[in-house]
Amino acid sequence: MSFDNAYDAITEDSGDDRQWAFGTGFDDPLSGVDRAVPGEVSTSDLSVYCLMLADDALILSQRLTEWCSRAPELEEDVALANIALDLLGQARLLLARAGEVEGAGRDEDALAYLRDEHEFRNVRLVEIDCGPGPGGDFATTIARLLVFSTWRLAVLGQLAHSGDPVLAAVAAKGVKELAYHRDHAAQWTLRLAGGTDFSRERMVAGLATVWPLHDELFTPHPVELALPAVAVDPSTVRPEVDEVLDTVLAEADLSRPRVSPLAMVGGRAGRDGVHTEALGYLLAPMQHLARALPGARW
Amino acid sequence: MSWPLYEVFVRGKRGLNHVHVGSLHAPDDEMALRNARDLYTRRNEGVSIWVVRASAITASSPDEKDPFFAPAGDKVYRHPTFYSIPEDVPHL
Repeated sequence: MSFDNAYDAITEDSGDDRQWAFGTGFDDPLSGVDRAVPGEVSTSDLSVYCLMLADDALILSQRLTEWCSRAPELEEDVALANIALDLLGQARLLLARAGEVEGAGRDEDALAYLRDEHEFRNVRLVEIDCGPGPGGDFATTIARLLVFSTWRLAVLGQLAHSGDPVLAAVAAKGVKELAYHRDHAAQWTLRLAGGTDFSRERMVAGLATVWPLHDELFTPHPVELALPAVAVDPSTVRPEVDEVLDTVLAEADLSRPRVSPLAMVGGRAGRDGVHTEALGYLLAPMQHLARALPGARW
Repeated sequence: MSWPLYEVFVRGKRGLNHVHVGSLHAPDDEMALRNARDLYTRRNEGVSIWVVRASAITASSPDEKDPFFAPAGDKVYRHPTFYSIPEDVPHL
């Protein structure tokens, strides 16, 4: 069997064929997964933990979509949008789980659009402006993506064995996505660092911008520690993350920036709802429509 | 910016051959492969991708169309049309 072009081949209708987007070939990551909360697990803690994982993905997704139509090349525009969509997909599943476990009738939309700044549980790394706004540029965006995706991949790798079957299924789906995100960021890190003097300067500056928020990623929150069979203690992934980052940086002939961690506020940070001022500016356009026209559909 | 042009070939799960699906720009071969993944396999189309620099392709010229292809047009004996096909042989 041969075809004149690929799209004949891939759209050919053949009953159980599972490979084309229009109604076939989708894998539901939660298919057949038991949604009951495992015994002995605090529903309020589990709900908050789901929010933490969801908000990291949701907020970075929103940041990455700011590159739409502004990336250096069309191909990169699509690549960043793909990554943003992967993260949005993770966020939706996790927000839905958070709402379901909470049991207060909030769905994923209510959690995404109707919470205020201090109710978001994301780490501060994902909320800061790393470009295309004035806070950064493409290299800064890549630096953040490198650090974030390396860390989240390690966390989800452990979470795939979580005692909560829903979190385990979401993590298993996410691992494949994050592996690509990390590869994309690493490839660009090597090219920017090894490109021109100017691109290298930008990459060095980008790493320096995001590195103060690196420590927070490994600081466990009480909720994470209260769910030993379900949640990942982020301090346990630090050796793995550091090893990967050091490998990429060494390959790019870069070194870790010598910068102090961004201070917590009275021992509290993103996981507690204590954010930088950047988050409010991010949420305003993200939430405006849903709040101005409650229940709007299109 | 002047990234080189690449041509992209994708093999779908049901297609036996890699077939041309389009082109893209990329700074180098490795990024071309990744860009192809992002641009041409977003909807579960492929299981394998080839990329090649457009400049590496030698193509026949439209001006040579007649000397290249027209002579094959009347050589009916080159086509295996003189066999009868058994009914129980599929995919022939």
